[in-house]
Order: sequence, then C-alpha cells, then structure tokens
Amino acid sequence: MDFTKLLEITLGAILINNFIFSQFLGICPFMGVSKKMDTAAGMGMAVIFVMGLASAICYVINELVLMPLNLGYLQTLAYILVIAALVQFVEMFLKKAMPSLYSALGIYLPLITTNCAVLGVVLLNTQNHYNFIESLVYGVTGGIGFLIAIVLFASIREKLRFAAYPKAFEGFPIALVTAGLLALAFMGFSGMKIW
Amino acid sequence: MDLMNILYAVLVLGILGGIFGALLAFASKIFYVEQDERIDKIIAVLPGANCGGCGYAGCSNCASEIVAGNAKITACPVGGAACHEQIAQIMGVEAGSSEKMVAHVNCCGGEQAVKKYQYDGLKTCDAANKVAGTPMACPSACLGYGSCVAACKFDAIHVIDGKAVVDMDKCVACGACAAACPKHLIEMVPAKQKVFISCSNTQKGADTRNACQIGCIGCTLCAKKCPKEAITITNFLAKIDYSKCVNCGLCATVCPRKLIVNLRAPKVEAPVTEEVKA
Repeated sequence: MDFTKLLEITLGAILINNFIFSQFLGICPFMGVSKKMDTAAGMGMAVIFVMGLASAICYVINELVLMPLNLGYLQTLAYILVIAALVQFVEMFLKKAMPSLYSALGIYLPLITTNCAVLGVVLLNTQNHYNFIESLVYGVTGGIGFLIAIVLFASIREKLRFAAYPKAFEGFPIALVTAGLLALAFMGFSGMKIW
Repeated sequence: MDLMNILYAVLVLGILGGIFGALLAFASKIFYVEQDERIDKIIAVLPGANCGGCGYAGCSNCASEIVAGNAKITACPVGGAACHEQIAQIMGVEAGSSEKMVAHVNCCGGEQAVKKYQYDGLKTCDAANKVAGTPMACPSACLGYGSCVAACKFDAIHVIDGKAVVDMDKCVACGACAAACPKHLIEMVPAKQKVFISCSNTQKGADTRNACQIGCIGCTLCAKKCPKEAITITNFLAKIDYSKCVNCGLCATVCPRKLIVNLRAPKVEAPVTEEVKA
C-alpha cells in the first residue's frame, strides 16, 4: 500500500484543501452549529461518521453497480440517495444513543443530508479515481478537517461574546468576518507540496 | 439499446432506494425511542400557528416544555380556555383560571393628536420614533405606521384613522404587537373589559391639551364618579384597575375630554363613541 499517497490525501483534506476554508463546502452547518463547542464537536463527529461511511458505500456502489452497467451519469443521484439514507440512520442512532446531542444538533442534523461537503467528498473520490482505501481515508480525513474547522470556529465564537465590536456586527456578521479571517489563515497552507 | 439503459437506470435506483428504505425501516425499529405520548397529544390540541406567543420555538417545543413541567398548562396564550382545559386533561391536572385576554392600544389620538412636524421618512413606527422623539407632539401617541399590524399574525390589529385598533374578536393575546410597538402603548387586558381609558400621556393637563385634542388631562372627574374606586390618577393620567372595574360606564359619561370608551352600551352620542373606540 502506498502510504505516501494516503498521507498526502490526509494532510490535503485536513489542512491544504480543507473542505470549509479552501473549498467552501458545508458552510451551512458550519455557521449554524458553531455557537457552542460541545455541539460543534458533536456535529463534527457526525460529519466524520457520515463522510467516511458515505465514501465507502458510494465507492462500492459506483464500482460494483454503476460502472459495470455504464450508469456513471447516475452517480450524483445514487450518492444523494446513499447520503440521505445514511443521515436518516445517524439521526435515529443519535436519538437513541445520545438524546442531548440529538436535540442540540436540531435541524442541522437533517441538513447533513443536503450538505454539499458530504456530496463533495464522494464526488471528488470518483473524480480523483481513488481506490477503496483512499476513498475511505479521504472521507474520514475530510470529516476531520470539518471537525477541526468547526471546533476552531466555535471556540472563537464563544470568546466573541466578551469582545467589543459595533452593535451592527452582532450575531452573524461578526461570525462571517471571523470565518473569513480563519479562511485567510488556512490560505497559508495552500500550494504546499508534501513530497 | 436505449430502452435497456433507461430500464437499468430505473431498476438500479429503484432497487437501491428499496434496500435503503428497508434498512431504515429496520433501523427505526431497533432505535425506537419512546417519546412521552402526551407530547403528541398536546401538539394536536395546540393551535399550531407556531406564533411564538408562549416564548418557545413553536408549538411542538411548547408541548414538550409543558410535559417537562417547564411551562404552565396555560402557556399558550392563543388557544384560550378551551385549549388549556384539553391540555390540563392530557396532563391530568386542573387548568386553573385562565382568563381570556386581548390586546388593547392605550392611545385614542389618531388624527386628533397634534403633529410636531411632517414626517416623510421610512413608514415604520421604529424609524419615525427615532426622528426627534417622534413626529407627534404627544410623547406617547400612536404613530400609526403599523409596526403592530406587521407583527400580527392573526390580522387582528389595523391602523384606522391614524391609530392602531385591535379587533377583539380576532385577537389571541399573543403579545406580538405589544413587543413591536416602540411606544409600548399596547397592553393585554381581560377580554370582558368594555370600558377603556385609552391614553398614555403623562404630561401635565395644559401640555396634553396642546398635544392632543382628546388626551387625558388628569382632571380626576372619572375617579370621583367611579362607584368601585377602580380609577386612579397618576402623573395626570387616569388608569382603570381592570380587576375592580364592573364596566358600568359612569366614568365615560363624566369625562370632559370624551376619551373614555364604553363599548358595552353606547347610549349617549352613539356615533361618537364608535369613532373613538380604540
């Protein structure tokens, strides 16, 4: 196995091409669930889980079902189906296992269904011709990148309560400015070559 | 072979969907969470307008808070006594007294209130209120731009002749208009109340006369006439204690400014009383 390539994918997904700060995918839950650290971390974990599982299942479906039947054009549709079912499953699981996290995530959990980051991961897997292991790694590390981004952002937003800024910036405006600055910081990673 | 392609596409997606559906149905059995059935019952009883009048995020949130004991049986101001009774039955407790309330605008000035200047700005109460302390000469006059009308989800408040008027039949006392009014003129009163002193001006009599043709000058005639001592004068403004008032309407007959409204029996000067109702 080519560990160099896996490391490249990992670092790329987490830092260089972070889904939120570089590719601007999955912004909706990023802004919506980042008010508190706990819920942000919970959301990040849910996204890791969904992204990893979606990558694996979508790879299998793509390779074993769609490709042999020349149905490549159905990828997006089939992937959406997979993701929707997965998210539904995660929702049921959370409701049973972690009710507090379930109620904290609220509306944003079903929103993972339409989260472009999750669909983005599986489509990028296909586009980059990753094999099964690489797809899985890209999915999980993409989720980790999301987790890092949202936890960083939530920690800053928690501190923002004590910051002095004009009243007009209260709420989302200051959050958007913060997100922009964070994205700028992550730009420092762009163009980095690993080997 | 085009047909086969279509068939394959339909089959593949259909089968995939079927498999996922079956898996989810199975999972929903495994991960079934028992929810207090009272929550669903209360949701069915609540009005379902999701107006937020109770202070919670929608009716279902309110229902779960009621079941959790964080909200009162009477938390929903919209549903009224019938709704509260049903909720009480579901919860197995007494509803207690929950008098139906309606909103009331404590200003009857409208076109009889004097304007300080011609206001041509944004047609919202908030905006008008910020320009040189309102365009009206009276500091507590209804501005008539209808922020309350925009806030009302039940079409129960309208601007008529330059002032906001509550439609008591439609009003559900959710309090949205009261929160929207920058002048804080709107208060909740018992629905059975028929006599109102609709003024909030606390200036001295002479100043009030200059600001409004109809504002309360605090002459105390009504307070002296009231057999139940329900009217008190504070800061040159008469106020009815709704818990003492019996809606006899004697105060309305003595008011020299004719600003006391008696909705019950417009015996004297019937057309005038109709007009002044607010």
